[in-house]
Amino acid sequence: MPAVQETVARVREIDVDQYKYGFVTDIESDRAEKGLSEDTVRFISAKKGEPEWMLEWRLDAYRRWRTMVEPDWARVDYPPIAYDELYYYSAPKSTPGPKTLDEVDPELLRTYEKLGIPLREQEVLAGVEQRRVAVDAVFDSVSVATTFKKELAAAGVIFCPISEAIREHPELVKKYLGSVVPTSDNFFATLNSAVFSDGSFVYVPKGVRCPMELSTYFRINERNTGQFERTLIIADEGSYVSYLEGCTAPMRDENQLHAAVVELVALDDAEIKYSTVQNWYPGDAEGKGGIYNFVTKRGDCRGRNSKISWTQVETGSAITWKYPSCILRGDNSRGEFYSIAISNGRQQVDSGTKMIHLGKNTTSKIISKGISAGRSQNTYRGLVSAHRKATNARNFTNCDSLLIGEQCGAHTVPYLEAKTSTAVFEHEATTSKISDDQKFYCQQRGLSEEEAVALIVNGFVKDVLQQLPMEFAVEAQKLISISLEGSVG
Amino acid sequence: MLSIKNLHASIEDKPILRGLDLDVKPGEVHAIMGPNGSGKSTLSYVLAGKEDYEVTDGSATLDGEDLFAMEADERAAAGLFLAFQYPLEIPGVATMTFLKAALNAQRRARGEGDLPTPQFMKLVREKADGLGISTDMLKRGLNVGFSGGEKKRNEILQMALLEPKLCVLDETDSGLDIDALKVVSEGVNALRAKNRSFVVITHYQRLLDHIRPDIVHVMAKGRIVRTGGPELAHELEARGYADYVGEAAA
Repeated sequence: MPAVQETVARVREIDVDQYKYGFVTDIESDRAEKGLSEDTVRFISAKKGEPEWMLEWRLDAYRRWRTMVEPDWARVDYPPIAYDELYYYSAPKSTPGPKTLDEVDPELLRTYEKLGIPLREQEVLAGVEQRRVAVDAVFDSVSVATTFKKELAAAGVIFCPISEAIREHPELVKKYLGSVVPTSDNFFATLNSAVFSDGSFVYVPKGVRCPMELSTYFRINERNTGQFERTLIIADEGSYVSYLEGCTAPMRDENQLHAAVVELVALDDAEIKYSTVQNWYPGDAEGKGGIYNFVTKRGDCRGRNSKISWTQVETGSAITWKYPSCILRGDNSRGEFYSIAISNGRQQVDSGTKMIHLGKNTTSKIISKGISAGRSQNTYRGLVSAHRKATNARNFTNCDSLLIGEQCGAHTVPYLEAKTSTAVFEHEATTSKISDDQKFYCQQRGLSEEEAVALIVNGFVKDVLQQLPMEFAVEAQKLISISLEGSVG
Repeated sequence: MLSIKNLHASIEDKPILRGLDLDVKPGEVHAIMGPNGSGKSTLSYVLAGKEDYEVTDGSATLDGEDLFAMEADERAAAGLFLAFQYPLEIPGVATMTFLKAALNAQRRARGEGDLPTPQFMKLVREKADGLGISTDMLKRGLNVGFSGGEKKRNEILQMALLEPKLCVLDETDSGLDIDALKVVSEGVNALRAKNRSFVVITHYQRLLDHIRPDIVHVMAKGRIVRTGGPELAHELEARGYADYVGEAAA
């Protein structure tokens, strides 16, 4: 059963009625003045009811950010962002949404239909206003979180919005927030540190195997965490957690600039598996109006024998700037990166990973599959480095690009740095095209041209799809077909 | 079944087929022989609808339906099957997955529903066993790492599964040793039926010892230049194509 349907089924099991009256939410809540100043940061912090130390942390980031320059080394091209013209904190519904599904872009609805999303969820995703209260009654985060939390609490797992964690678990947040991605890390991460709106917090205690994949439901629910999402996941000694982020359904979003930060910490013998499906609005045929996605994701294999694995399926956004990385600090730790990045139309993707080997006998594996179609540009940028103390560091990288059509581009930029002679790095890279002969062969057997391309591409990305949790993989497969529509003919 | 009249076709403005006529009745097996460059493979591609080829004149119908009015996938659903001389490889797509996608695409095009998976699996196993195709081969990427013989057997498996009306075999014997040739030919012969026709394109007579044709045509310079019974194939084997190259060129 696709995750979205499973979600609905699970939500229906919850007794919705008992929450019915609790959800006349004040959606007209105020928003911060336009532009970014210390006052904006104070406003956000106050809105969240944060303690003084958190405000100071944000202000410190803000002051650093003012001294920083936007990076320009990525192979992406976009007009300058007017940071002082943006809103950094706004109510969920700052501008009126469509009244019914009839007013929603038919293209979007067609996509929902293909993904098999029930009508009611389509309305939520498209931001239809009329049903808002009723829909909230079903999808309200508080009610559902309560149910899930019971199960998680029994296992001792903390899973809550980061704003709640700041209030309820300050000792954990203080210890780990910014410990993987420091506030001074990079322009976008620093901006996020100053103004982050909300996000998820996960703590898995020693020796606990988290009893469920985190987020099946929350993928839909956290639609208003905003443009500056902040996630912190800590796996204590000997624990395991699998976290799913994102949504296969394209969501309506008023914010063009997204700058999220995700920090993962794995202590001794712990394992974190983080899977993402990103399908934000890529813009129109000319590339206008699409989301700019500047993300900093980093995992710290802090403990011995720890393991962090990133799996991502990137199909949306006008611009993607994203390098989920692993710092392999603990001896014998392992980092993995599995990626499918699809670009079509005018999309620009500059994505990859960094594997920083610091500990002894650390290993890493990178499997990247880039697919470019239309007039898009798709760059893999990866760094593998071994510190001089990282004896016997090992990396295997396989980086394949597939081109569809004549007007797209695929680029591979691998950096390798070994400061120890015992490091062994292997790098394989291929670039191929879907040949007309392959397409003709499939068509001769009865597949349409689009079905043929989707089949060939799904074969190309199989190694990565296999890394996704089952239900996510099925959705991702459908999403790949949809993303490539219009890439042939 | 298949009716081709005055077919002219070119690739990149270079004429290859120049007025070809062919009439194949239900249940018949026709062999088309000819020297290299006579346009045999072009004929198979033009019938199947490969994009690079342009039909400049003439017509082709399958059971009265205009082939040239259909896309390649529509022709397949209408019952035209081409066994490729060089079957393509599709990495990462298991043979089984491909077979299922193809069969169901054709069923949908004909307004039939998808075949339920258990029935599909049973059907494939049955057909595969007859061709000596192992379960392991069905799990591997389509034609990836297959030997020449395995690729050709896989073509016949697809033919058996899709149950076409008209099968065009393009140089199916190329690259096959005698044992593989036997297996493939037996597979084809098992599919001969009153309402199914075959056009067997080959350079050599030896394939026709295994797949016995009803009618043999000689093709040269884009046209059928001679038609006869099975004995014609033996004559060609003995004398070569030299006569025909000259005749058509004149």
